[in-house]
Formats: sequence, C-alpha cells, structure tokens
Amino acid sequence: MTLRGWVTCAVIVVLALVPPIVSLVDNAFILDMATRFVILAIAAVSLNLILGYGRMISFGHAAYLGIGAYAVGIPAYYEVYNGYLHILIAMSVSAVFALVTGIVCLRTRGVNFIMITMAFAQMVFFAFVSIEEYGGDDGLVIEMRSEFGSLIDLENASVLYYVCFVSLLLILYLIRRIVRSRFGMVIQGARGNEPRMQSLGFDTFRYKLACYVIAGTICGYAGALLGNFTNFISPEMMDWTRSGELIFMVVLGGTGSVFGPVLGTSVFLFLEEILSGLWLYWQLVFGVFLILVVLFAKGGIDSWLSGRRTH
Amino acid sequence: MNSDVLLSISDLYKAFGGVAATNQVTLDILDREVHAIIGPNGAGKTTLVSQLTGVLMPDAGQITFKGNDITYMPAHRRPHLGMARSFQITSIIHDMTVLENVALAIQAKAGHSYRFWRSADSDQNLTGPAMEALRGVGLEAQAMQIAGPLSHGEHRQLEMAMVMATAPVLVLLDEPTAGMGQEDSTRMIAALQVLKGSCTIILVEHDMDAVFALADRITVLVEGRVIATGKPDAIRSDETVRQAYLGEELEAVTDVPGSGSSGTVRHVC
Amino acid sequence: MDWTLLTVQLLNGLQLGILLFLLASGLTLIFGIMDFVNLAHGSLYMVGAFFCATFTQWLDSFLLGLLLALPATAVIGLLVELLVVRRLYQRDHLDHVLATFGLILVFDTLTQMIWGPDGQVIPLPAWLDGQITLMDGIVLPTYRIAIIITGLAVAFGLFVLVTRTRLGMRIRAGASNRTMISALGINISLLFSIVFVMGAVLAGLAGMMIAPITEASIGMGNQIIIVAFVVIVIGGIGSIKGAFIAAVIVGLIDTMGRSYLDALFKLFMSAQNAETSAPAVSAMLIYILMAVILAVRPAGLFGPRGR
Ligand SMILES: Nc1ncnc2c1ncn2[C@@H]1O[C@H](COP(=O)(O)OP(=O)(O)OP(=O)(O)O)[C@@H](O)[C@H]1O
Ligand SMILES: [Mg+2]
Repeated sequence: MTLRGWVTCAVIVVLALVPPIVSLVDNAFILDMATRFVILAIAAVSLNLILGYGRMISFGHAAYLGIGAYAVGIPAYYEVYNGYLHILIAMSVSAVFALVTGIVCLRTRGVNFIMITMAFAQMVFFAFVSIEEYGGDDGLVIEMRSEFGSLIDLENASVLYYVCFVSLLLILYLIRRIVRSRFGMVIQGARGNEPRMQSLGFDTFRYKLACYVIAGTICGYAGALLGNFTNFISPEMMDWTRSGELIFMVVLGGTGSVFGPVLGTSVFLFLEEILSGLWLYWQLVFGVFLILVVLFAKGGIDSWLSGRRTH
Repeated sequence: MNSDVLLSISDLYKAFGGVAATNQVTLDILDREVHAIIGPNGAGKTTLVSQLTGVLMPDAGQITFKGNDITYMPAHRRPHLGMARSFQITSIIHDMTVLENVALAIQAKAGHSYRFWRSADSDQNLTGPAMEALRGVGLEAQAMQIAGPLSHGEHRQLEMAMVMATAPVLVLLDEPTAGMGQEDSTRMIAALQVLKGSCTIILVEHDMDAVFALADRITVLVEGRVIATGKPDAIRSDETVRQAYLGEELEAVTDVPGSGSSGTVRHVC
Repeated sequence: MDWTLLTVQLLNGLQLGILLFLLASGLTLIFGIMDFVNLAHGSLYMVGAFFCATFTQWLDSFLLGLLLALPATAVIGLLVELLVVRRLYQRDHLDHVLATFGLILVFDTLTQMIWGPDGQVIPLPAWLDGQITLMDGIVLPTYRIAIIITGLAVAFGLFVLVTRTRLGMRIRAGASNRTMISALGINISLLFSIVFVMGAVLAGLAGMMIAPITEASIGMGNQIIIVAFVVIVIGGIGSIKGAFIAAVIVGLIDTMGRSYLDALFKLFMSAQNAETSAPAVSAMLIYILMAVILAVRPAGLFGPRGR
C-alpha cells in the first residue's frame, strides 16, 4: 500500500475510534472538535468535486452550509423537528440554489466566475441578515436537534458524531465513484480542455452545471449536520471568508484526490485550535502560513504523500 | 442541388473588426471526396473550418449538412450529426492518458455520459473501440501514458485518433501535418490515403505534396474569398491561382516530382 | 413625497457609487492588465482609513492627515506588490485568491495589533461638518457633497490619465491585450507596480473619505470589496468607463432600494408582508441586477468579449 493509502486508512480508523477514546479520557471537548471536523470535511470534499475535478473556483460554497443549517433552524423555529424533512429541505433548497445560480455563474469564466459565486453567496448572507424574523444578524438558537425516530438520537453526542462520520465515509465513496465514472471523465475533460470537449460533442455547460448542483447539494447536507451540531445558526457561517477557509482546506489537502481535502481540513482545524490557544493574534501566523503554502507548497499534503510534485 | 452534396456553404460571411476573414464563400462538398482548402497564411482557412464546426458563428450566409441547416447550431451538437475535426494547434486533454482521451471521443458519440456510478476506465464499451482507434494511428503502445508529455508527432497522432474514433461522416482536418517532420508527415499522408473513400474529408493543408497526393478537388482561398475550385490539374494550371498564391510552390512540386519537402513552403505560425 | 429625503438619498447613493468607483477602478485595472485577483484590495481601503485617522490625530487636521495618508498607503501597496503579489502573476487564479485571502488575515490582525480592536474616529473640521441649504429648503450635509466632488474630480483625473497620457496608453494597451505590452517593449514589472500602487492609493482614498462617517474599523473593507467586485463584473473587467457607470448604478440602486422598496412593495402587497420582505429583497437587489446583466452579457456591460 502507498503512503497515501496508509494515511487514509489511519485517519479513518482514528476517526472511527473517537467516541470510545473520548469516553475513556472523559473529555467531551475532543468529541466536539471531531464532530466539527467531520462536518467541515464533508463540505471540503464536496467543494473539491467542483474545485479540483472541475476547476470551477467557487468562492461561495459556505452559502450551502448556511442554507443547510437554516433548513434545520427555520422548521425548528416553527417547532417542526422531523429530521428527514430537514434533510430533504436542506438538500433540495441547496440543489435549486445551485441550479439557478449555476446557470448564471457557469456562463462566465475565470475571474468573473470566482466573483460571481462569491457575490451570490453574499446575497444569501445579506438576505438572512435582513430577515429579522429569524434573528437577522444575531442568528437563531435551535432548541432541539432533528428527530429521526427512536433509533437515532442526535441529542446523544456520540450518535451525532457517528451519523456525521458515516456520512463522510459514504460521501467519500460516492464522490470517488463519480469522478471515475463517465460523468466524472467529462468533468475532468472539460477542466483540461473545454473547447476540445465541445468539439467532441459534449455540451460541457450542462455537465458542469450538474456537477455544480451535486457539490452544492452535498454541502447543503453538511450544513444540516452543522446546524444540528452547533444548535445555533447565524448568517456569519456563510460569510465569504468562510468560503475562503473552505477553499484553503481543499488546497492545503490537495485537489488531486478525493481524500485530500479531509487531510487539509484536519490540518487547518488543528492549527487553528493550537494557534488560537497560544496567541491572541494567531490569525497573523495563519495568514502568513497561507501565503507561504501558496508560494511554496503546490499540490498540498496529498501530492506530498503520493510523492508527486505537480497535480 | 446535387444529391451527392454532403455539405453546402452559401454566401458565408464573417468579419473580425470590420475585416472580412470569410467573404461570401460558396462551396459544395461532395460525399466521400477529399476536398483540400489551401491558401496563404491568414487566408481564412481556420476561420472557415471553425464556422463549419460551430466554434465561430458566421455573420451571414448558410451552412447545410445533409440538407439540414446547421449555420447556428451549437458546436457540441454537430459531432452527433457525424462531423469531427482536428485542430491546427494540437488540442488534447493534457492531464489524461492517451486512452482516456480517445475514450472520451467514443463516449461523446455513444452518449450515456450521465452515468455517475460505473467506472469509465474499466468500461469495455469505451476502452475497446478506443484501443482500436489508437492501433489505427500506431499509438497503442502509449495508451496508458499521460498525454501531455508525449512528443509533438504523437500528439498529432492522438488528435487524429480522437477524430477517427467516432467513425465520422465528415472529417475536418486543419493542417494535420503542421509542425511534423518529414517522416511523420509521410506516415500521416499514408494514413489519410487509407481513409480516403470511406468518409468525406475537408483538408486544410500547406503541404502541397499532401494536397496533390490526396485531394479529389481543391478550393483556393485568398483573403477570405474563394478564387478557384476544381480538380487538382485544373487548379495547377489556373492562371489566377498561380498569380495569387501557388506560383512558386507549384513549380517546385511539378518540377521536382516526388522530392521530399523541397516543394513545400513551411508556414510557421 | 419628501423631496429633502429623496435628494439626500440620491446623494447617498451617488456617494456610495463614487466610493465603489474608487475601489473598483483599481481592481478592474489590476484584473485587466495583470489578470490578478486581489481580494486584499479591501484591506488597502482599511489601511488608508487607519492611516488617515492616526495622521489626523497627530496633525490635528483632516486634510493634512489625508494628504499624508495617501503616500503612506502607496508605500504599503508597493510593499505588498513587491513581497507577495509579484510572485503570483504567473500563477492561476486559485493561487491569487488564496494568497490574497491570507493577506487579508495578515492586514486585519496587524491593524488590530497596532490600533487595538476598537474603531478610530476621525473628526471633521467645522467647515466640512455643516450643512448646505439649497432653495426650497432642501438641506444637505456638506461632507457628502465634498466626497462626491472629490470623487468626481479623481474619476476625471483618472480618465484623463488613461486616455490622454503615455502611461495611460500603455495601461489601456495592457488592459485590452496583455501580449501587446510586452510586444511594445515596455518595462512590464514597472508598469505592473505602478498600476498596483495606483489601485492601492485609490482604494485607500476611498477608505479615508468614508472613515469620518463610519469610523475606521477592522475588516471594514471585507464587505464593500464584494460590492466592488459586483461593480467590475457588471461594468466589464478592464473597463474604467464600465466601472464608473456600474459603480453609480449599483450605488444608487442599493441606496434607493433600501429606502424606497418597502413603499414600492406596499403598492401591491399587504403592509406587513412588504415590511418583512423589502429588507431582504433590497439586500439582494444589486446581486439580482448582476445576475440579469450577466445573463444577457456574460462579459459585463463594457467587457472584452470572450474572456
Ligand atoms: N478570433 C479572431 N479575432 C480577430 N481576428 C481573427 C481571429 N481569428 C482569425 N482572425 C483573422 O482572420 C484572418 C484569417 O485567419 P485564419 O486563422 O482563418 O487564417 P488561416 O488561413 O487559417 O491561416 P494559417 O495558414 O496561418 O493557419 C487573419 O487575418 C486573422 O488575423
Ligand atoms: Mg489556420
């Protein structure tokens, strides 16, 4: 097995064992950290589907986290706690939002695409800021987590964690299948040479749009998990700087593999946790680190693990 | 109109910033002919091919293919009618393997690209015909290599394999021998000889050896206009053509028959 | 209809448009010429505001403070260009986005370290702080009018610079056709530095002018920069004229939407519905405008086609 394979397995095994370890050392904080990590990893993995495999640099991915979270929070505000309904709303609203904005965004390329995705996310952000009913700027407390019958009780932190963890595994597998499928080949072909793909007979716009919708829908699901996890939602979670952080997680981990973003997310959150405990102005170090990664560490952790220099 | 006409171009016009790159071009391409389009640099050959394939939209005029008006049909729909093109500047997907490049061409024709689950790499319906096409151009040994780092000649071969993989009705080749050495070019011409008769070929070419070896008919384009269309012999002896373009090059071809590249003016673009 | 209110709102809209133009003109040139995505452009807006605040306190004069803050911001812009941005021109947009995102963190944190977490107030001199009474009793704040006049003057100066001078000719050549500048044998890295610093100063000036109204605060550039992006996307990348027109349109629509949309909505829906939906819709108005314009013209109003 390759180094990359070993690391992948090790990370998954460690993640699977988090709740028992936590109960041994009796430190709920670690479980919280791990849950947040797993949820953000899902978001990063979904972003990588468009960013890495499709070279669609979306700077608005955090909007889906927000949409998913509000899809839990707003029904809960009306005392509707049905989890299946929450997830259905989260994913379908995300899909529709991705479809509608994707139709506009994907007509543009390059810099315009980056800025338009960012602007649409900002639009959602401001929409929620200005809706006083759901707390506006201050956000909304979710009184109770989504209910999935007696079998799955999300109020139990370990259960919530395992739901997130299993979701991550399934989504990793799903995306791995997608990128290797015929559809995935078209997306990667369009990344490499879009005019050529068109002259071969592919309507690349539609394929990219489909890919964009899939990524958004998955991230909307992650958002529903996030809403459940934090018990509190606010527009701040879809601020454009959040989208920037997601991109950083993906690039740090490496866009060349399905699993890379998981590693990127772990390093990102680890550094954040360590640095913020050490120094009030830790973001300075973080910013410099980011710049250095861009300047000198192309390909991310993944390319380093697999021994490739380029991606 | 003749029932043997496969592609018909009438009064096609396209200008870039006021300068006509295609100027009132009217031309019929017959079924299963090799129709060469020649002309000096900047004559508008690539521009014409791009309009035929939908990469550029004409300002005026009409293009019909098998009797259907395709003038403004989007580029990605034309291959499904049986049109395929190669690019003057090699256009392949650099970060994929040679086999995957060709498999994509097959997949484009086969449809079914909204399959999200089954692995494409192990799909015999794609890899089988793709290997076949690679064998056709002599590139099967490189099938599993990433396309980007291969040599220029291999890129051209791959480009050709991608064109031929879909068994097209009409093939548009924009300078298939561009930038090739003598040996590769000869091989390419031989490969095209084999194809001749099985499909219609529009061949844009500066290499007069290739043109006169392959073409059934030739159209000469100068400054966007068709100045002559006809059989190779007629073009060879046409006075306007000689004056406008062919003069020097034809002399070389006719005076030193069969001698390598001496007759060809290499147009480096 | 309250004419004073309407006039004031129009002026507010115009003022927002002018500020957006100062931000967007630099951004659009940097995009057009260097093909560089600079998220940290808003940080220069913030830096300008903080410099202006400090210098105003030292010198006890807003005007002198502003005049000193301009070259100071230029120096910061030059440093950023030399240390980071220059190494990234050859890279792809993703790298631009990430590195300048890192720059934002650096700027925000450094500003906080130097000036502390609180906003900095900039007091205006009395002659700018008052109000002007027009005929019909319409009363307008002097300072907003001063911003608009200054902004228009700068816009005019920029326009003259770009259309009438040799430097401007090179800039235009670069914005419309990047390969041309090298063909003309122009010192590219110098031109790039000049353009970047120019953009930095314009952004800084915008920050300095707004700070007396809003205070200079950490992260103040991070929201308006997105709107500036919207402006250049609407105007078309690389086009100063497009940036100006789009900036004024966006400024007016945003301001007018916030003040009059509920009244408009009340014409065809219940007062309660209008009051709940108007704020959300007015917050989205400029993005909807952008979407509509892009749906019709993917390269923006004055953008080069096919980029
Ligand atoms: N996208 C474009 N924009 C502006 N002008 C163009 C464009 N494409 C081509 N032209 C111009 O149109 C004319 C025809 O160009 P075209 O590439 O079709 O010529 P060609 O016959 O293929 O030449 P070559 O033998 O060099 O390949 C040239 O003058 C060229 O400069
Ligand atoms: Mg050509």
